[in-house]
Amino acid sequence: MDEHPAPETPVHPQSPTVAHADDHKDHSHDAEHVSKHVKAYVFVGGVLLVCTGITVWLSYVDFGSQNRNIIIAMIVATFKAGLVAAIFMHLKEEKITIWRFLIFTAIFVFGLFMLTLLHHVDPIMGTTYSKHL
Amino acid sequence: MQIPYEVSARPDTGLYNAKLGIWLFLASEVMLFGGLFSSYIFLRIGADPGYWPHGLLNVPVGTFNTAVLIGSSVTVVLAWASLKMRRWNAYWGWMLATIICGTVFLAVKLTYEWPQKFEHFGVFIKQDAFPKYEPYLGNKHLEEEKREPRLEITGHIHQMDITRDGKLESILPKEKEEAVSPSEADGVLSEEGVKLVDYQVQLDAINADPSDKDNDRPHFRQRAVTEKIAKIDAADIASASAFFPRHSSYFSCYFLITGLHGLHVFAGVLVFTYFLLFGKKLYLRNPEHMANRVEIAGLFWHFVDLVWIFVFPIFYLL
Amino acid sequence: MSITADTHTHETPGHGHEHHEEHHELGFWQKYVFSTDHKVIGIQYGITGLVFLFFGFLLMLVMRWQLANPGVPVPFVGPFFQTALKMFGSTIFASDANGNPGVLTPDGYNTFGAMHGTIMVFFGIVPIAFAAFGNFVVPLQIGAPDMTFPRINMASYWSFFISCVIMVASFFVPGGAAKSGWTSYPPLSGIADLSHSVFLNGQTLWVLGMVFNITASLLGSVNFLATIIQLRAPGMTWMRLPFFVWAQFITAFLLLLAFPVLEAAGFMQFTDRVFGTNFFMPTGLVVKQQLVQHWSGGGSPILWQHLFWFLAHPEVYVLILPGIGMVAEVVANNTRKPLYGYKAMVMAILVLAFLSFIVWAHHMYMTGMGAKVAAFFQTTTIIISVPSVILLTALMLSLWGASIRFTTPMLFATAFMPMFGIGGLTGIPLAFNAVDLYLHDTYYVIAHFHYVVAPGTIFAIFAGLYYWFPKATGRMMNGFLGHLHFWGSLIFINGVFFPMFLQGMHGVHRRWYDGGKTYEQLAGPLIHWNGFMSTAAFLLGAVQLIFIFNFVWSIFKGQKVGRNPWDATTLEWQAPSPPPHGNFDRPIAVYRGPYEYSVPGAPTDFTPQSQPTAATQAAAPTPEEPPHH
Repeated sequence: MDEHPAPETPVHPQSPTVAHADDHKDHSHDAEHVSKHVKAYVFVGGVLLVCTGITVWLSYVDFGSQNRNIIIAMIVATFKAGLVAAIFMHLKEEKITIWRFLIFTAIFVFGLFMLTLLHHVDPIMGTTYSKHL
Repeated sequence: MQIPYEVSARPDTGLYNAKLGIWLFLASEVMLFGGLFSSYIFLRIGADPGYWPHGLLNVPVGTFNTAVLIGSSVTVVLAWASLKMRRWNAYWGWMLATIICGTVFLAVKLTYEWPQKFEHFGVFIKQDAFPKYEPYLGNKHLEEEKREPRLEITGHIHQMDITRDGKLESILPKEKEEAVSPSEADGVLSEEGVKLVDYQVQLDAINADPSDKDNDRPHFRQRAVTEKIAKIDAADIASASAFFPRHSSYFSCYFLITGLHGLHVFAGVLVFTYFLLFGKKLYLRNPEHMANRVEIAGLFWHFVDLVWIFVFPIFYLL
Repeated sequence: MSITADTHTHETPGHGHEHHEEHHELGFWQKYVFSTDHKVIGIQYGITGLVFLFFGFLLMLVMRWQLANPGVPVPFVGPFFQTALKMFGSTIFASDANGNPGVLTPDGYNTFGAMHGTIMVFFGIVPIAFAAFGNFVVPLQIGAPDMTFPRINMASYWSFFISCVIMVASFFVPGGAAKSGWTSYPPLSGIADLSHSVFLNGQTLWVLGMVFNITASLLGSVNFLATIIQLRAPGMTWMRLPFFVWAQFITAFLLLLAFPVLEAAGFMQFTDRVFGTNFFMPTGLVVKQQLVQHWSGGGSPILWQHLFWFLAHPEVYVLILPGIGMVAEVVANNTRKPLYGYKAMVMAILVLAFLSFIVWAHHMYMTGMGAKVAAFFQTTTIIISVPSVILLTALMLSLWGASIRFTTPMLFATAFMPMFGIGGLTGIPLAFNAVDLYLHDTYYVIAHFHYVVAPGTIFAIFAGLYYWFPKATGRMMNGFLGHLHFWGSLIFINGVFFPMFLQGMHGVHRRWYDGGKTYEQLAGPLIHWNGFMSTAAFLLGAVQLIFIFNFVWSIFKGQKVGRNPWDATTLEWQAPSPPPHGNFDRPIAVYRGPYEYSVPGAPTDFTPQSQPTAATQAAAPTPEEPPHH
């Protein structure tokens, strides 16, 4: 949601020459950019597969309590999800507008998760109403 | 009339319309699946000990499907990259690979995983009948180990005894079949004048040998059906069901979330098939527009993959 | 980079011309029914929404008759529908002990209550305030040719239309429409009407209808956000957006992030009812001394309340924000002054939107949640009243020192402020846990939120309708009839809702079928207000007939007007009335803020946003291009 200055002069909605030049430049830039990334994509795919194997393996290991297993598995899953979002979905170099939306979305999802949990746990007194926590 | 910024980016936001649109849509999808996942957490934490089943799903198949989906994420991003570099044939190949991956995923889900669940059968025992079924539940051992109690006996229906209009009758598996299918059993019980006397369940390893330490942390390995058979009287049954959505909140969540996820996969496959078959015309007219389309469909596809990355551990492994 | 130009033309050389011809070939169906034009879709949403608003109002009138005259047959309507609906197995009306037909049954009362709420919120206010006005006005106000995704926009309307059909059809299935309240709390909603048919029963259709309705809202909100971000005219910076656009932007944001959660909950309730899943049904549920749920494995009715209110609290702001936006436009225009504290108002709605996601459990104090949880939500709820007060104060201060033109829209806009004020301030006691335990589910709550939504948002909608009617039709609505409509509405709507505060504080419960007759010992001293409120409601209905007449008559016979009948500054008034496909007949750019009224030294008391400033005027070439389309 960037502010931009008022136009010095009113501009006609059509000025094809400028636009075309811009696009052409963008495209050649993009193509180079993309070809560099192809190897990275394959590599990230490999990392994701390895992580999947690790998750499965970790689930057979007893870390002492179910909750610890859950936390560890979720850390791996979050790492994988982060890779997909950052690399495959290009979020790493995405525009600020999109980031702003996603940050708010993340906050609200987090709120939904945590605040509904308040029904099962009282963080101030440390009491829980669930036998799992 | 033409809508501005359909293909090229608006200078101040740096985005073309569809890119912004798909991200907004994905934000709402995050909330949709966020709502479902938060329900899962809420229900799981709220369930009393023993009420939440573990290790009922087939891990190797799930792992295979995860790998397929991750593979498809790689192929779709390569398809987009090929378009960006204006290599139509490479694009076509990667796109085809993506569609195949998506189809394989759905096929495994619908023709193997779900039907397999519908064959398996679980009986929840009433609280006051626990001592009677202790050899199958092993709760004394679990108490010593400080594990959650076991309330359910699972396996295949070996035989069921009923009274039809007061007369005792046994339902046996048909020829060549190992078990009575649970939906068949439901069908018999829904007939008028039929009353259940008992189920004879061919036990899963976990119930066949409940005090074996190996079975303490249930995992799919222990769900293989053994030869051991338990007889469960109708009077002792709190609830009995195949692994249908109504079996428990766990399977409710499982079927709803994987079902909704499957619908997303299906939608993605449809869109990709459209791009594969009818994309050439637009590519020749305006390759950048075509690349944009693949990019936003790809974003959707990655998101579907991302959801699965969480679905897999929470249902299959934990 | 300064904002330069639309960069689309190079892709389709000569496309403009082709399209021009195409556009003429559009048949009736494509032009008026399956249209992708944002104005047509806005009007479609508006008409559908108004019809449903009136329908929801009629449901309420029948209920009010029952409350004032418990057990007395509803005149005309009751006997007619008892006969007409008989073949559908309806139990809405029945005969009384003497055989007189047309008494509203308890089931019927519950049905009407649930459907009144659902229809008013999801099929009346949101479609009108958000979808109709948003579709029609927003692209015009930001200087865009259309919405970003016109076809998705059309899909949005038709998804909404399907949901309307499902909701209306649900009255005609055995057992009648949903009767578990507009909030559809399980376990009631989980077991209601399942004896008739798993699919064709009121509650299942309600859930299905809601899923389509939510889908429509989601498609709409993606479109609104993308349009406002991407299609602002050159020079239309964020702080030059009219306040109405800001309000719609935030509303769309709320819908986008809050509605999916209800959609998820809707899926769950659907599977609970159809496939017997156990999301909301607890183990050992007993209904009428019958164990209906032997085993569930964790299912919890509270979960539905969380998911529902996670949507429904932001939904409150979805209902009110477009209203505030419309009022702001009308107030600025009719006070001939800039809006007071425009920036503060924008900040206030941003904060409001953020906070609205973390206050939802104040609807759930009665669920037995812990005191700490209640304290958290109590605090956030009190904090959220601050931005609301800023908005209202800014609007009121805008009136200060103005020579106000009391046009019909301005009357409604001015009345909005105290009405919304009453609604808002009476909400503060409800935010407190301890007070809420007493007031929960009484008529006090009903009065509180109706003051916000009925004389609040609906008055704002009327203001908007009178204000933008000339833009949509090229004709003014009749001013005399407008004044009549306004004064009637204002007096009678207060007659309906104000006594509810009195009854509510006395402990009269909101869901009593007989208006409190059974509990006469408690409700006795205030029971006579029922007759008063019901009379006021019927008179309020009568006054709306004036509006309906005025609306239809003005479409054909109203006084013809030009582009800018209100001497307003915002961009929509620079387009012809009604605007053609593509909206503007000349290139449009923006040079100034949205409310430059009575600028010292300016030739007129309003300076349109598209009027170049002195500095730019000298350098600006006059548009040479022929009018586009």
